[in-house]
Amino acid sequence: MATMAAPVSGVHAESSSPSGIWSWLTTVDHKRIGILYLVSAMFFFVWGGLEALVIRLQLAGPNMGLVSADMYNQLFTMHGTTMVFLVVMPLSSAFFNFLIPLQIGARDVAFPRLNAFSYWVFLFGGLVITLPILFGLAPNGGWFGYAPLTTKAYATGYNIDYWVLGLQILGVASLAAAFNFITTIINMRAPGMHLMRMPIFTWMSFVVQFLVILAFPAITVALVFLMFDRFFGTNFYTIAAGADPLLWQHLFWIFGHPEVYILILPAFGLVSEVLPTFSKKPLFGYPVMVYSGMLIGFLGFGVWAHHMFSVGMGPVADSVFSLTTMLIAIPTGVKILNWISTMWGGNIRFTTSMLFGIALVGLFTIGGISGIMHSSAPADLQQTDSYFVVAHFHYVLFGGAVFGIMAGIYYYFPKMTGRMLDETLGKIHFWTFFIAMNLTFFPMHFAGLYGMPRRIYTYDAGQGWELFNKLSTAGVILQGVGMLVFLYNFIKSWRSGPVAGNNPWGAPTLEWALPSPVPDYNFAHIPTITSRYPLWDQKADELVKSEAETTVGGRLKTAKELGIPMPFPTIRPLIAALLMSTMLCSVLFIHAGNLPLAMTIGIGSFLGLAFTLVSWLTSPLE
Amino acid sequence: MANEVAHAADAHGAHADDHFHPQWSTYWKVAVVLTAITVVEVWIYYIPSFVASKLFVPSLLIMSAVKFAIVVMFYMHLKYDHKLFRALFTGPLLIAIGTLFGLMFLFGKLAIRLGLGAG
Amino acid sequence: MASVAKTDPHHAGDAPHAHPPTSTGLNHRKIAVWAFIGSECMLFVSLISTYLIYKGKSLAGPYPHEWWCRATNTIAKSAAELGQCAPAETFKPILNIPVTSASTFVLLMSSLAMVLALAAVENADLPMPSGAWDRILRSSKTWLWMTAILGTTFLGFQAYEFTSFVHEGLTIRTNLFGSSFFTLTGFHGAHVTVGVLWLLALLGIDYKRGLKPADALNVDIAALYWHFVDVVWIAIFTLIYLIQ
Repeated sequence: MATMAAPVSGVHAESSSPSGIWSWLTTVDHKRIGILYLVSAMFFFVWGGLEALVIRLQLAGPNMGLVSADMYNQLFTMHGTTMVFLVVMPLSSAFFNFLIPLQIGARDVAFPRLNAFSYWVFLFGGLVITLPILFGLAPNGGWFGYAPLTTKAYATGYNIDYWVLGLQILGVASLAAAFNFITTIINMRAPGMHLMRMPIFTWMSFVVQFLVILAFPAITVALVFLMFDRFFGTNFYTIAAGADPLLWQHLFWIFGHPEVYILILPAFGLVSEVLPTFSKKPLFGYPVMVYSGMLIGFLGFGVWAHHMFSVGMGPVADSVFSLTTMLIAIPTGVKILNWISTMWGGNIRFTTSMLFGIALVGLFTIGGISGIMHSSAPADLQQTDSYFVVAHFHYVLFGGAVFGIMAGIYYYFPKMTGRMLDETLGKIHFWTFFIAMNLTFFPMHFAGLYGMPRRIYTYDAGQGWELFNKLSTAGVILQGVGMLVFLYNFIKSWRSGPVAGNNPWGAPTLEWALPSPVPDYNFAHIPTITSRYPLWDQKADELVKSEAETTVGGRLKTAKELGIPMPFPTIRPLIAALLMSTMLCSVLFIHAGNLPLAMTIGIGSFLGLAFTLVSWLTSPLE
Repeated sequence: MANEVAHAADAHGAHADDHFHPQWSTYWKVAVVLTAITVVEVWIYYIPSFVASKLFVPSLLIMSAVKFAIVVMFYMHLKYDHKLFRALFTGPLLIAIGTLFGLMFLFGKLAIRLGLGAG
Repeated sequence: MASVAKTDPHHAGDAPHAHPPTSTGLNHRKIAVWAFIGSECMLFVSLISTYLIYKGKSLAGPYPHEWWCRATNTIAKSAAELGQCAPAETFKPILNIPVTSASTFVLLMSSLAMVLALAAVENADLPMPSGAWDRILRSSKTWLWMTAILGTTFLGFQAYEFTSFVHEGLTIRTNLFGSSFFTLTGFHGAHVTVGVLWLLALLGIDYKRGLKPADALNVDIAALYWHFVDVVWIAIFTLIYLIQ
């Protein structure tokens, strides 16, 4: 397992790729789209974090009056919705986009223009949900939007409309991306890149795409029902007409539980790349890691009703869903043990990335164990709707998903930008995040066990909750400090960080054989893979062409010079995404009572969309 | 070109190189079977004694499952196609059907008689 | 639809940097379409589940298989069992099995036409038979038209069904049956509409330059979608129409 010498080549690909706003609006390059996802999701991360900050300031002490009850509802709804759909999912998408083709040895995804379409649809859907809070009109029914509370009888304003429409738009983005990545991973692997040689990140992404295509239709249907109820007067959630109040809950959680794995598995994948590199050891039990990921995904479809123990489904249903939930702990525990075994006896380097990775293993275990506590229906009845649950899912989603993604950002920043993030600032960021995270969420376990319910905008003194809430608020402020350090580091290093070589970490997977940043065509020639860890086990010249063949005059050759056909940049995906979004949003004017305007905008957008699609499909790809 | 020669060679053959190629006659036979099953389905719908019997619903479900399978196997040529496509279809289909059954149990449309009394 | 397939012959190994062959040897779009169909299974299962969950839960008629007297809000298996009820207050069972059986048959036959269209495109290079009738039977245009017309006929049946239901007093707002029925069958009808448009696009190409065996994949993908919409209807016909 000789480490391939990593010559720090000064060659930069930047010079050969076009720049300017227009090039970003029309790009179909998976790496640029990945960076667009990353930057947009970071923007939403700050946005959702500020919402959390206001929530925590409001709860810092008893009977605070910083925001009204209504604004508080908007804040916690938008914090949840933003973090789930606009931060963790797109941050994962950023890595799907950037990494999957590089890890499997492909020049792009299977459908580059569809990929651009996915991003723009995501962006417009995100804006539809996010912007209304500036006008005090944000969705206010919780991120789960339980109907009938979100039907027009109980939520008359526009608030829920934005949520219903925005989530449907976001669903289109996720589904389109999922079909794209499934095809890419099945069909665009380099010679020798067998399924069982694929990097674990690609494997976990593969599982996630199947979760997306199976989970999103359920919420799409639930949202369509809600939209029809709100705009066209149907009865799906009208209890007075005999509707079942559990219909929404079931459809939502059929989506919602796989969604949890959609959020966490990519982070697991990233950490499974980071830990072996910085332990200088192959991943322990690679096949078991793959199978446990698949098993988690599969079982994820059989546990949804554990979110609903308190609605009274009866002992049989409660027992079945308890058991399947406990079963999931097995493959998840296997992953934890494999990560620990990977580090065991390794030659560990404590880079920022590695620190985030190790922290994930610990923090996710805490969140996982409180999750097993909920899997028991009688215990869950005590904990449900209390801050204990808030503590649980922040340990798995912040300590798990966000820490895993942070590990990924520190690890892959050099590959994305060609420059290194500052390690000193990185470590400051890590330790503030680590301390702040535990300071914020650990006391919530106690607040919850002392009986503090979720989603209350204020509370009376003397219930034993003050101290825990003070600690949590202090923790969030500290998280904000950590985030500022990170953003400063991110911007500063992107501009003027030290130049990274091809493989600054001595990593084993294929993407590190390429120049940093990666040229638009990725691989000057498609490599042949003979190992799960090509850069540790294979010779450099088996993977990439020599510098003499790929450079000219001290710069990388362009795709044209190498004779590689590249897809044309095109604005059509952006226009199609915009028109699809306006088409859906036209129903807002039905709510406003202006049916003709709704019809005009809806039909106009539809015709424009049809025209754009025809033009898209009849124009050559490359 | 070599391509054309190959095409001419198997002009009368069964396109041995292609992985799916049921003959026209197969397609017509499948259509006859589908029509026959549909006729039976509608026919038994008009026999009140059969509708009242316990066999009505299971026999309808079996017949539609057979139709479903025949169309997928022959018209969508999954029987002859790459096994990957079979996996891409049957995996999601099984999860979807499992979800359907789960929901039917949860909403009391189906019940397992466990002999545990009130359940 | 008309764009060039990745595995098209003109890409296969003519330039050193052309696209490498796909890992499985299969076409990208065909894999994507099968994944899409897998996803659609879940979409229709959610819709069908909702219909079944709400079956028998409507608090007022009209009902799918039962007679209903509005004045007394009573339900019965037959008009006779309903007892005294003014004609204006009497609502017969909504679902019209003879009409739907016919439309089901039409959709099944459209699937037959679709496979014959695909076979015609795959064999478009073979010498054409001399007889006029044989030529028509061998033409992809014949079968694409046939599929599109049968699909449109199905949509016509659905339009007839929907309007007659509305005349009989059932709209999407009337009760749970109306909401779940119109949404489910409406979603299916929308899928058929997309399929018909897709077929018309293929016909456009066929008239412009003729569909060749190299286009078989484009037709195949449209056919997979079309047959899937058909099998969904097979399930709907049994679960919604026939089972009472």
